[in-house]
Parts: sequence; structure tokens; C-alpha cells
Amino acid sequence: MSRIGVFTCHCGENIGATVDCAKVAACTRNVPGVVHSVDYKYMCSDPGQTLIKEAIKEHNLTGVVVAACSPRMHEPTFRAAVAEAGLNPYLCEMANLREHCSWVHGKADATTDKAADLIRVMVEKVKHNEPLHPIKVPVTKRALVLGGGIAGIQAALDIANCGHQVVLVEKSPSIGGHMSQLSETFPTLDCSQCILTPRMVEAARHPNLTLMTYAELEKLEGFIGNFKATIRKKARQLDEKLCTGCGLCTTKCPQKKIPDEFNEGLGRRGAIYVPFPQAVPNKPVIDKANCTFYRSGKCKVCEKVCPTGAIRFDQQDELVTLDIGAIVLATGFKVMRTDKFPEYGYGKYPDVIDGLQFERLASASGPTLGAMQRPSDGKAPETVVFVACSGSRDRSKGVPYCSKICCMYTAKHAMLYKHKMHHGKAYVFYMDIRSSGKDYDEFVRRAIEEDDVTYIRGRVSRIYEEDGRLVVKGADTLMGGEPVEIKADLVVLATAVQAQDGSEELAQKLHVSYDPYHFFAESHPKLKPVETNTAGIFLAGACQAPRDIPETVAQASGAAAKVAALFSRDELTREPQVAVVNRLPAPMFSYCVGCFLCQSACPYQAIEQEEIRGRDGSLLKTLAKVNAGLCQGCGTCVATCRTKAIDIQGFSNEQIFAELMTL
Amino acid sequence: MRIGYYPGCSLLGSSREFDESVRALAGALGLELVQVPDWNCCGASSAHVLDHKLSLALPARILAQAEAAGLEEILAPCAACYNRLASARDALDKDPVLAREMEKVIGRPATHKVRVVNILEVLDRFKDTLPGLLKVPFAHKVACYYGCLLVRPAKVLHFDRAEDPQSMDRLAAAAGAAPLDWNYKTECCGAAFSVTRTDLVARLSGKIVADAVRAGAEAILVACPMCQSNLDMRRTESNAYLGADHQIPVLFITQALGLALGIDANRLGLQRHMVPATFAPAAV
Repeated sequence: MSRIGVFTCHCGENIGATVDCAKVAACTRNVPGVVHSVDYKYMCSDPGQTLIKEAIKEHNLTGVVVAACSPRMHEPTFRAAVAEAGLNPYLCEMANLREHCSWVHGKADATTDKAADLIRVMVEKVKHNEPLHPIKVPVTKRALVLGGGIAGIQAALDIANCGHQVVLVEKSPSIGGHMSQLSETFPTLDCSQCILTPRMVEAARHPNLTLMTYAELEKLEGFIGNFKATIRKKARQLDEKLCTGCGLCTTKCPQKKIPDEFNEGLGRRGAIYVPFPQAVPNKPVIDKANCTFYRSGKCKVCEKVCPTGAIRFDQQDELVTLDIGAIVLATGFKVMRTDKFPEYGYGKYPDVIDGLQFERLASASGPTLGAMQRPSDGKAPETVVFVACSGSRDRSKGVPYCSKICCMYTAKHAMLYKHKMHHGKAYVFYMDIRSSGKDYDEFVRRAIEEDDVTYIRGRVSRIYEEDGRLVVKGADTLMGGEPVEIKADLVVLATAVQAQDGSEELAQKLHVSYDPYHFFAESHPKLKPVETNTAGIFLAGACQAPRDIPETVAQASGAAAKVAALFSRDELTREPQVAVVNRLPAPMFSYCVGCFLCQSACPYQAIEQEEIRGRDGSLLKTLAKVNAGLCQGCGTCVATCRTKAIDIQGFSNEQIFAELMTL
Repeated sequence: MRIGYYPGCSLLGSSREFDESVRALAGALGLELVQVPDWNCCGASSAHVLDHKLSLALPARILAQAEAAGLEEILAPCAACYNRLASARDALDKDPVLAREMEKVIGRPATHKVRVVNILEVLDRFKDTLPGLLKVPFAHKVACYYGCLLVRPAKVLHFDRAEDPQSMDRLAAAAGAAPLDWNYKTECCGAAFSVTRTDLVARLSGKIVADAVRAGAEAILVACPMCQSNLDMRRTESNAYLGADHQIPVLFITQALGLALGIDANRLGLQRHMVPATFAPAAV
């Protein structure tokens, strides 16, 4: 016979103002199976919890219903309290009187009646509750970091410094990411390469860190602590052990006019190339799409000149499978290209460039070695117009969100330009200046006040070419919408930050959620900013939302801390609310008929096939079996099962029916 | 092929040559124009600044008239008429309550399903037959000027690219012309300010003419009576603003196509232009 205690909480005024809690407690005492029912102002407080603990002992309770707020908030609190009193924590349930009743109804007798009903329902459920025990799974203490930009490098180094193994996978031939392309960084104007390249070298040398450049994640299986990742190491057409990185092959390659990705198309490279001189690793790759040998079967100049004989034209991609305990996603972002803007010439004007291209023009390692020269004819631009919010905050043609970094980098660009061309004119068209951050607004003020950059609040409606110059037409909305026309030599569009190409496919491969713009979704916008909805997969940097370097580094360290916390344990404890397939003492007699509809319905690949064999080894039956490590307890299989052979522990069909029948 | 025809007031008055050239061209292409019976003013640039409902009621009646006449589609060569009719149709289509209210105002039921098309859309349907009919290729460098009303708002009209339209360029090329890439394709000509603020129109239209000349055009092609009159009739004023003497003619696309099809210049109304339609190579 059940001996259930009911504890009704006023939640201050939240419940107490519309529900007569004393009356609810009184009438609940008459519910069959309830032996104790009280109300209290704050049940989650220390005295409230003590009330529950003492009642369990005093009345020898076999189950507890706490009628209070949402179980999302305090179920763990009350279950811990119940466990302290010696009762299995899964015999404690919550009736949600706040969100489901007091907050959505006015003060009335009906509201109180509904609260009593909600409790009655939960009492019926608890009567059918069984003691459950947390599931334990082992942990592989090796992390996988996807993306070798500053986010990935930081996360990988932090994890490695905690003493754990890390594999850093980067799809391009070198780590470094977008940060390695930047000239100087805001708000201090220190050189990006000078602060990044030492980190890149550290990553390459760290004994706990394995670098896999020119590689991509092919497949991911498994679950938190027990992932199996298949990595495709793309063929560099090179024996990396023999290559000394002398660079002779790259200088002798007859292909010299391939647009250079690292320089955002402003420079040229050969078909065998190292992305940039400070690349890590400093080993070339052959771009097969553009290589003369792969296109015509002749050439092999690189092979002839290589002093160590490291070129391998017959090298194939290699698949490597690794056991992984946790994953950090740090795949970064891309910028919208200038060809997305019809009013700015559909990308047909060479002197209308995007922010990343300007970084390369201003960089000492760029195609002009840092000299201010415009792409079309190499002339030093006397007038430069910067257009902020190009595509950002533009519902009709671009993306609705703020790209966050543009206000700051546009101020930086204008400053860098003025520092190199003192007599030049720099204009910035902007909507608002969003410069919240340490020393950020001071930085923008410096651009305006000390470096004499002209800020015009208004949009640019059109850019066209006239006599070798670009005519920029806009409006000055602080001057009553006065039309402004500027003849410029170079226009820099601060184009919108977008999710990296292939983000959607990657998210689906990893079973992580993503937003409508394909940025990966965090588990909770405030309280779980580096977690994803898939346990064991964490986020760092601009793959989640537009971010600047300081934020990216902070988030990467946050993700690393989460991984280190996970790896601090030898086994993981998981909530036992997972699916189980009915398996009567003789498994032969399970209701499961082995149709495996559940297997195709399961979004987590948690359902396996189990063969039931007789004593002579003959196959009697094949049953479904749930891998408790993978199961997330979503219940899709339960709904799919034709023979009602699957149940979620703690949410069985029997329990749900009991709840409904009592109403 | 048969299509409803809504000439509007401009085509009966200041832009008679647009009407003449549309009719001449339609004849040559085998397109039967059925005038919307008892049509009224579309509201033009006045109605929608005075009264929102009036600006819907006037086109609604035209659409209802066309529907009653069994027409599924009407051609409105004037860009302003086209824009007003298409906008009203879109608004009534999206708001059934408003549509019922308009039915009461105009005193007749209407489903507002009659499609409204501009002259470029209609001519585009003949892109395969045009080359075969070509007699005298219109072998000139042309700047195709679309103005603002033909392509905007894109959400309502769904016609061509709002910033860099191409449909007229394709038609001009089909007539044997060389369409140029220039900068003022969709800039404002000053429109109805022609009467009240001639100085403004002189400046705006002057810049358009100047850029066409700069690009090396021998003619400007248009598909809007207002654009044509501002670029043509206000040439004295715009030349005065520019301090230049640009004599580049401004032709309706229908006139250029008509000439290419060998139709007599007077039947196309070319004699009615202020700037004579002679094609001296432009001085760059």
C-alpha cells in the first residue's frame, strides 16, 4: 500500500496569490494513498526541504509529490532532498502548480480545484513509480576539436594543458583561421600574427596535442564519453615526413595565377602551395583541381625539384577512426561576398572589397606588403569609403542579425588607412555604432577625434563607377536626410558575418541543433552557452554566433573547462529515464516482435538488435535493445512500437494511463 | 494572341507616340489589343498621396471592368499605370476584407484576379519570333533607362532585378542594338515634379542624360511616358543645368523595335519628339 506525502508550495505569491494552498493541502489528504499533506511558503528553502525529509522518516513515506514550480527548475533540488532522507530519488515527482495553473489563471475556486487535480494526477503517477538507478558509462579521455582557428587552438591548448589528449582537426592546409589573415586587432592595434603565430607553434609542439590539418570529420558515432570519430585526411600528395618545408616546389610550380584563398583572391599562388609563410605545419599541398599534372598528365616540376623526393602523386585520402570522449566545435564563420549587393555593383567593381580583403591589403604579409594600393590599378587610394552593416540588420536583402564585429573593425580599418595615408580621406557610413566592450568605445572615438575619420550616419544607396572612380551615393540622416555623394577610390563593405559553408551538414552529422542562419545552437542562451543539446559536444567561437577575438577566446576556454570537467571523472552518471524493451524472464516471450520500426524512428541511433539464442546456439528471435548510453529518453520509439514493448523508465505507458484515468 | 489594353491618360495626351508605337508594333507582331471598356484614371501620382482608399478604388474599378469584359490579363504601357494597377491588385489580393470594401465602393463584384503586365513583359513573349521579323536592325549603342516605377517595389511587381534590370537590354539586343552598361538605369528622373519643380527635374534628368552620353550611347530607350517626357521635353532645362548641348534622342522601346521591324517612323510617332530622333554618334 502506497504511503505518499504531498507538499504544496506557495512559491511566495506566485502560487499563493491565486491558489488557496491550505485548501489544496487539506483536500489532498483525502486522496487514496496520501498519508500526509501540508503547505508551506517556500518549499525549496532549507526549512521547506527539512519539512519533506522529516515527514519521510516520521510517516514512513513510499513516495513524494511536491506541488510547486516547473520540474525544470527544482526537480533536482527535491530529488536530492528525498535521497538524503533515504528514499530513492525517482520516487519523488513534481506537480507544476505555477506555470500550469497559478500563472495562467486568475484567483478563483476553479483555479484551486485545478491545482488539486494536478496533484491528484501526480499522486497516481507516483503510485506506479519504481526506484531507478543512474546509468554509469565509461569516459574516453581524448577530445576532438573541429576547426583550427583561434577558437579551436585555444580550446585544444587548454584541454592539452589539463593533461588530456586532444586531436585538432582543420580542413585547410594550415591552422590559424581567419585571425591569421587579420592585419592588426582592435582595440589595441597589436599585430594579429604576432599574437597568434606563437600559439600556433605551441599547438604544433604540445605533447598532448595531435594536429590533423587538411582533414575533415567524415562520420561520428557513439555518445558522450564514447564517441567514435572517422576523420578523412585529405591527400596532400606529399610525404610529410620527408618534406622539410624548403618551399622550392612552390616557387618552381609553373601555375602562378590561381587566386590565393589566404589573400582573399587579391594575390596569386601556384598549384602546389603553402597558404602563408607562417603556416603550421609548413608543408605544401597540391591543389589537384588546378595542377597541370592532374589536368593534362604532364608537368611534375615539383617532383623534379624536390630535394628530398617527398612528392607523392599517387597518394590517396586516408580514413582514421578515433575513440573520442568529447568534442569542441570551432568551425568559425565566413563573410558575405560583395557580389551579393546589386546596388553596389554585384561584385563587378574590383575596388569594392569586403572587410577581410581590406585586412589583407593592410597586412604586412599581404599581397601589397601592407602598402595601401587598390586592387584595380595599384594606385594609392586618396579617398576611402567604409560601409558598415552591409547585409547585416537588413531584413529585406541580407540577414536580420547584427554581425557584431563590423563597427569595431571598420573603425580599425579607417584608422589603419589614416595611419598609412595621413592626407587621405576616410568616410564611414553607419546605422548605429555598437562598440560595447572594454576600451571599445574609446577606440571608435579615437578614430573620429584623433585620426579624423568622417562618420556619416546613413545608408549607401548606390555605388557606381565613373571615370575610374567610384561614386558613392548615400544620405546623411543626422543632417535631415541630405543626399551625400562621395567620389572614392576604394570602397570597403563591412559585409555580414555568416555561418561557415557546410555548417548545416556538419550539424546534422553531429546531431546538434542550429538556428535558421545555420549557426550552431547553444543549449541555453544564458546558462549553457558553450553546451549543445547533444551531451559531450561543446561550442567555441563564431560557429555559434558572430564573435570577436576576446569573446571567442573566452568561450573556447569555457568549452575546454567543460571538457576537462567531463574528463575529471572515470565514469559518467546519466539520468535513468531511458527507453527499455520489455524483456520477460525468458526473453523469448518479450512482446517485441523484432519489426525494428523503433530503430528507424530513433533520432539518436540508440536501438540495437539483440539475438536471442537457444542452448544449442540456434537463433530463436531477434529483439530490439536500447543502448542506455545513447538513449536521450525522447519516447519516439515508444510511440512507434506496435506491440507496446518499449517503455521509458519513469514515464511508462502504465503511469501515463494511470494519470489520465484519475481525471 | 489577345490581351487587354489599358492606355491611361498619358498615352492619349502627351505621349501619343507611345500609344501609336504600341499599336503599330502589336499589329506587326499579331497581338490583338482589346481596350478595357469604359476605363477610368488609375489615380496616378495624386490619388495615393491624398487618400489610400481612393488610390485602391480607382484601379479596382479598372480591374473589375477588365474582368467583366472577360479579360485575364491587361497591358498597361505607362509605368505609373502599371505600378498603380499592380499595387492595388496585390493589396486587394492580400486583404480580403479590404477587397470586399472596394467591391462596395465600386458597386460591383470583382475577384481581382486579372493580371497586370508591362510592355517589356509582353514583348519578351515575342523574343523567339522577333529576330525573324527584323528588317532594319536598330544598330545603335543604347542606354536602356527603366526608371523607378517599372521594377519597384520588387515584392509587389516580381519583375526583373530591382537594381540592375535586364529585360529591356535583352529586347534592345534582339532589335539589333548594342545595350550599354551604365549607371543610371533605375535612378529617378524627377517624375511629376516636371511641372512644379522644373529645376529639380532638370538636375535629376540631366544627370541621367549625361551618364548615358558618357557611356557612349546614341539613344536612350525608355518604357515610361513620364521618363520620356522628362528626358526629352525638359532637355532645354537639363542641358542648361549641365551647361552642355546633349542632343541624344529618347525613344520608347516600342519605337526602336518598330523601326527595326521596318514600320514607318511617322506611324511610330517619332515626329512628335522634342529632340529629333537622329542618331549621330555621341560625343564622348
